[in-house]
This record gives sequence, structure tokens and C-alpha cells, in this order.
Amino acid sequence: MWYFDSPQIVFGEGALDAIDELQGRRALIVTDTTLVKLGLVERVAEHLGRAHIEYRVFDGVEPDPSVQTVLLGAQVADEYAPDWIIGLGGGSPMDAAKAIWVLYERPDLQPAEINPIIKLDLRKKARLLMIPTTSGTGSDISWGIVLTDTVEQRKMGIGNRENIADISIVDPALAASMPPQLTADTGLDVLSHAIECYTCAWHNDFADGPCLVAARLAFTYLPRAVANGSDLEAREHMHNAASCAGLGFSNALVSIGHAMAHALGATFHLPHGRAVGLVLPYTIEFSAKHDPSRFADLARFTGCCEAMGEAAARALAERLRTLCETLHSPRSLAEAGIDQAAFEAALDKLVDDAFNDTSMVSASRSPSYEELRRLFQHAYKGQPVDF
Amino acid sequence: MTYKFPSAEWVNEYMHQLNASPDYERAGKDWERDILFVSEPDRVHPEYAYFYLDLYRGKCREAKLLSGPDEKKTGYIISTPFSTWRKIISGELDPIQALMTRKLKLQGDLMLLMRYPKAAMEMFACVKRVPTDFGDSQA
Repeated sequence: MWYFDSPQIVFGEGALDAIDELQGRRALIVTDTTLVKLGLVERVAEHLGRAHIEYRVFDGVEPDPSVQTVLLGAQVADEYAPDWIIGLGGGSPMDAAKAIWVLYERPDLQPAEINPIIKLDLRKKARLLMIPTTSGTGSDISWGIVLTDTVEQRKMGIGNRENIADISIVDPALAASMPPQLTADTGLDVLSHAIECYTCAWHNDFADGPCLVAARLAFTYLPRAVANGSDLEAREHMHNAASCAGLGFSNALVSIGHAMAHALGATFHLPHGRAVGLVLPYTIEFSAKHDPSRFADLARFTGCCEAMGEAAARALAERLRTLCETLHSPRSLAEAGIDQAAFEAALDKLVDDAFNDTSMVSASRSPSYEELRRLFQHAYKGQPVDF
Repeated sequence: MTYKFPSAEWVNEYMHQLNASPDYERAGKDWERDILFVSEPDRVHPEYAYFYLDLYRGKCREAKLLSGPDEKKTGYIISTPFSTWRKIISGELDPIQALMTRKLKLQGDLMLLMRYPKAAMEMFACVKRVPTDFGDSQA
């Protein structure tokens, strides 16, 4: 027994117009100051005006939002009493919006108590609308929330299937101004979601389709979107790919690559997409030693190679490394600028954090502590994995 | 050799597997709670069974079959019918997915538990290593 959950997805050029049809009185827009400066909040506000919905902006979301930030946001929501919460931005504002919404609905909970096992009984006060402005996280579609515990310097994976958004507006125009580096980082996140979801132990027939499509779209259109930000066809397909991959991983899960990237993000503050794109070839090589068949499926479907078995998985890993090179994204932790002494000093914590990351529960090949340590070491040196 | 589930011998072997696992030791190094597992009656196995694990800093200090639910006060209680335990022990059902779909019912401090997903996985990985005889009952 398992579930497949999805928001209503409004996509394509002009999708933002769907806001004009919303029913409600007040909306709290959860976002960051950059999006206010870029004028994207104003664009959303114009549509809310047409729907006769008042709004207030909470723009205090920082990259890797903290527990304290979402508690503050929930306090703002409680004072303003909205019937819509709108998450506008990349993964950080959208994850914060989900957490703020849950805490607004359930003031009896602490953020760490939002877990997949309890019943939340949401939608008594408000509904959740997501508007992604980057093409990567899939947070608009997924129920997962990543917050940072600033005391312990670790990322917390929380969430419950009930806190999935009601509506996601996937309008490519909102992501069209992403600079090349952000396009590359977020695009690698799309690929990592698609590949890890398709190959993890929790893969399922319903999630497989969106993962395959997302992987093929990203391999095809990500280099174009990075090389030429004005390539609107590439932009639109990457925006769709992000939500397709979100549809996949939200209903299966991700795996070792995400566990390692969460640990790297918390310790070295590497952008998530860059970190997970970097480690993914190594985790593919490691996982494929156990069972390469689904990696081979992906390699064939994405036109990577026609080989079978482990050779196909290795070809997929190499294609990812080549893609990183094309995107000017690092292929090793050393290339990412992490000092060797700092890496070695942090290695125990990296392994501990990744070992205990929630993404690890769905690994198709669960690494031992020592294997995980070796994975980090290979990723540091850029050495393909042969164990 | 196989061990009949549920039985004192089975529970002892489970303790042995936990204490032989370096990954459980590592993942559970900060865990200090005991757990009561309840096998609820179903049409396959129409009796309750209770077994107890005292898990402390990566090791299992005590494991025993209990006569009833009140014999030990535990930090956590995990309950499900016999047939579901059978699927978990034989690897047919992912225990974390079973928790998420509420096929495994959990009582205890969820917030604390969520910090130890790998320990939970390793705990269930160890249970799969116990050669188990379910008698003639079929799920």
C-alpha cells in the first residue's frame, strides 16, 4: 500500500492568471527580499487584486530557512489570519511556506513534530498555493520540508503528505531571469530528483513516469537554458521538468545523494543542487554495484547509451560528470573549493549527518558507515567508485 | 537453524543480531530507549504476543518475550497484526513505509524517533537476518 499525491498543477505561459480565479479574502505571501526587489511579488499582487484578495508579505525567508524563521512566519500568519498561504520563490520560501502553513493551522506543534506518521487535519484555516521561481527544487509539488537547525548546524527533513499544496502554478516566465549559475545548480537538482527517485528502493509505477520524463527533459534542455537564458523553450521545459521530478520524488523518495548533499550543505554551505549534482555520479556507481537495472533503464531512456547492466550505469554517471563540466559546475568536492584540511576535519560529522538523514531510508543499496565515508572521500578526490 | 516467531529463542537471536551489527551500533549510538513490540491477533495467529528490547547506545541490553503489555513500561510501543510482522520480518514490507501508512502503529516520542531514521532501518535490517519459522501460518 502506498499513495500518490499531487497538487493541481497549472502550467505554461500565462499560468499566473489562474490566481485571478482564486476564491478568498486574505493571502500571506511567503517569500524573500530578492523576489520583492525583482518585482515578482508585485506581479503576484496584481493578480490577487483581480481576485479581490488582500495580501500581506512575509519576506523574511533566508536561504536554508531556519526553525526560528518559520516560527516567526507562523506568528505573522496568526496575526493576519489569511485563508491562503502563498509560497513564492525557490525551495527555501516554498519550504518555509509549507511549514508556516502547518504551524498556523496547528499552533500546538513544533516544526520538528511535523512528521509523516501523525494526522495533521489541515485546511481548517487556509489553503496553500505554490509559485516556483526557480526550476529545480520541486518543492511546489512535494510535501517534504527542509529546515535548518541552527543550533546543531544540521538540516531537518520534516513533512507530512497532508501538507502538500492545493495548487502549484508552474509559469516559466517567473524563472526566466535566473542567472546561469542558479540555472545550473537548480537544474542539477532536477536531475538528481529524477534519477534518485527512479532508482531508489521506494520507486513505484506511478512515480516512474514523471521521473523518466524529467530526466530526459533535463539532459536535453539544461545545457541550453544555462548557455542561453533567453531560450524560452528550454526555460519552459526545465520549469516543467522540475515539477515532474517533484511529482516523482514526492511519491517515492530520494536517496544517498540527497543525504550526502544535505550534510555538505549544512557544513560547507554548498548550494543544494550543486552538491547533489556533484555527488550523484559516485552514488550511482555505488548503488549500481548492487543492482544496475534501473540505472540502465534511465541511461537508455535518456539516450545516454544502449549498454546493459553496470556499464550503462557507469555511462550514466559519466554523462552526469560531463554535464557538470559543460555547466561549469564542479565534479569533485576539491573542485568545489573545499579545502582538504577542512574536509578531513569535517568528515566524521558529514558521515554521521548523512548516515542519519531521512533520505537514506530509501537507498536501494544502503551504505555502511565505512562505505559512506569512502563515498565522501571519492567525491572529494573525483575518483570513480569501484566498491 | 530457524527460530519460531514469536518465541523467547527468536527474541534472543534478534538481540544477538542487533549486537553483532556495527551499523546498528553506529546509528543507534545516542539512542537510549526501550521498545515493546506487540503482535496483535489476526486470523492467521489469533493470540497476542509481546516482546521487549532495551536498546541503549547502539547495543541491545535485554530482550525478552513478555507475558503481557504491562510487564514493562517502555518508551515506545510498536503494534501490528501477526501477518504484518511476518511481512516485515521476511522483507516483503518496508517497515518505514509501514509506519508512514500507519500499518505499524507507534506510540511514543515521535519527534525523538524521527532523528534516528538510520537506527530504525538498521533495527529492522537486523530482524530480517533472524532465520524465522512462522509455523504453518500463511500471511
